[in-house]
Amino acid sequence: MNAPRPVTTLRGRSNLLTLAMLVFLAYAFFPLFWLLVSSTKTTGDLFSTFGLWFGHRFALLDNIRQTFSYAHGEYLRWLANTFVYSVTSALGAACLATLGGYGFAKYVFRGRGALLGAVLGTIMVPATALAIPTYLLFSKAGLVNTPWAVILPSLVSPFGFFLMWVYARDAVHDSLLDAARIDGAGELAIFFRVSLRSLVPGFVTVVLFTLVATWNNYFLPLIMLSDPKYFPVTVGLSVWESQTAGGGGSNSALLSMVVTGSMLSVIPLIVAFVFLQRYWQSGLSAGAIKE
Amino acid sequence: MSPPPEQVLDSRLASGSPPRLTAPRRNRGGRGMHHHRYGYVFAAPFLACFALLFVLPLGYAFYLSLFKNQLVGGTVFAGLANYSRALTDGLLLAGVGRVSLFFVLQVPLMLALALLAALAIDSGLLRLTRLIRLGIFIPYAVPAVVATLMWGYLYGPDFGPAAQLAAKIGVTAPDFLGNTLLLPAIANVVTWEFTGYNMIVLYAALRTVPRELYEAAAVDGAGAWRIAWSIKVPALRPALLLCLMFSVIGSFQLFTEPNLLQTLAPTVIGAGYTPNLYAYNLAFISQEPDYAAAVSFLLGLVMVIISYVVLYLAGRRSRR
Repeated sequence: MNAPRPVTTLRGRSNLLTLAMLVFLAYAFFPLFWLLVSSTKTTGDLFSTFGLWFGHRFALLDNIRQTFSYAHGEYLRWLANTFVYSVTSALGAACLATLGGYGFAKYVFRGRGALLGAVLGTIMVPATALAIPTYLLFSKAGLVNTPWAVILPSLVSPFGFFLMWVYARDAVHDSLLDAARIDGAGELAIFFRVSLRSLVPGFVTVVLFTLVATWNNYFLPLIMLSDPKYFPVTVGLSVWESQTAGGGGSNSALLSMVVTGSMLSVIPLIVAFVFLQRYWQSGLSAGAIKE
Repeated sequence: MSPPPEQVLDSRLASGSPPRLTAPRRNRGGRGMHHHRYGYVFAAPFLACFALLFVLPLGYAFYLSLFKNQLVGGTVFAGLANYSRALTDGLLLAGVGRVSLFFVLQVPLMLALALLAALAIDSGLLRLTRLIRLGIFIPYAVPAVVATLMWGYLYGPDFGPAAQLAAKIGVTAPDFLGNTLLLPAIANVVTWEFTGYNMIVLYAALRTVPRELYEAAAVDGAGAWRIAWSIKVPALRPALLLCLMFSVIGSFQLFTEPNLLQTLAPTVIGAGYTPNLYAYNLAFISQEPDYAAAVSFLLGLVMVIISYVVLYLAGRRSRR
């Protein structure tokens, strides 16, 4: 949204409307503010001091140290897993969707219509309805409890394919392709030298929404993985939470680590959101994912 | 001047038509559409993965769902017995009822909020527009797990601010995690997570409405509210439908929130609180993979059918 556009200001600014939206903004920030404040508290202060303000001692650094060092640094490992799973899935899914969408958009081949209908018909199959069937298949194939169990299912995104198919039709001009062919370029060379450049914005969009989906995914890794060393941070945090006193366990020292770990885990995506606003708005407008 | 590619994407997807689920007609490609076999070369990696990771699991689940594990006789072919069991399974039906109620409670509220926010941001009447737009969208970056943990603690009786304030003035805080308030409490978590996302979808769609329309209306004496109601809201219909459809899917696959809140409210959230939680418990707790496969398969099928019906109705309405 960097491009300037003529804003038709009809009646100046409205303070009332601004105030209403600031209330909304406060609602959006409220739990995050609580999380930030709570991550600076000792477990004792969490219980004994008011939740929406700081405690007696500023224990943020202690909490961070504790979070990273607990159980031989499993938290750091979970963060790294999340990073690897989501980046691999996002790049893989975007490459497959881009190549596939381009192929369907720019070439006529036998069975194209039927194949297209088959793929697009599955856009509305919810990811969670597919997860248990995939688990059953993967356990037969011996793939469960490996990183592949999380990465492979994230590689196929019918919605990403749909997006790239539409995108390639509009963004890659046939006249450019014809001109390159007349110059004697091969089809693969044309793709890499001519078409790819035009496809990049769509590609980035698919990368971003698959990245968010995988980063935030819980159901799939929960059912696929049993060894804590493979957990992404979402599953790891839920396991820690279940061991705290509130979660039915007995380890109340873990509580401040659940809070601090939650706080740290949301930083990367929030930073990405702030810096990549332009792409989010075009990409997520496509209605990408919702889990 | 042709718009930059992102905007093409915007207008095609955001504002525009819900995904076309029909194949395009043959021969519609003009020049530049030859070299048949290269179509396969480009499409093959995606299609292969699609077959292996999408079609095969669904096919395998369907195959499994036709069997039944018995104490005597082991695994035997059962035909559609698992499906008839699912259709009369009180726990599953109660779960479906609960997510339907959830849908009715939560989705209109969330979409109305998202619509209002999108219209407000697009109106040009706000101060701090950029901050507001980004801030409302930020919760979408937060994993559902973290969102649920945060709200769960905020609701909780131990150190939730509501309970603390209530104790200070000597009253009892409402039991957010009790039987009556739990579903609204979950609705609040989901609303918090996804309102900003829906707002961005609607806002992107609004930006594709030609500005001249507003100017013409303003010349005719229409105020900002009138323009919002008579021009912008009708223009948003397809985008709203898209949001609605994704919200149907989101409601019916509700899992993370109840799964995590289960430890805080074990007596309220049973094994069949939502259909998805039920399928999970069938597969992993009660060890009935065949039946779990049937339930998953059925849920996926119902979702696809609902989506097609919504798309069909939307298409019919807009052609009229």
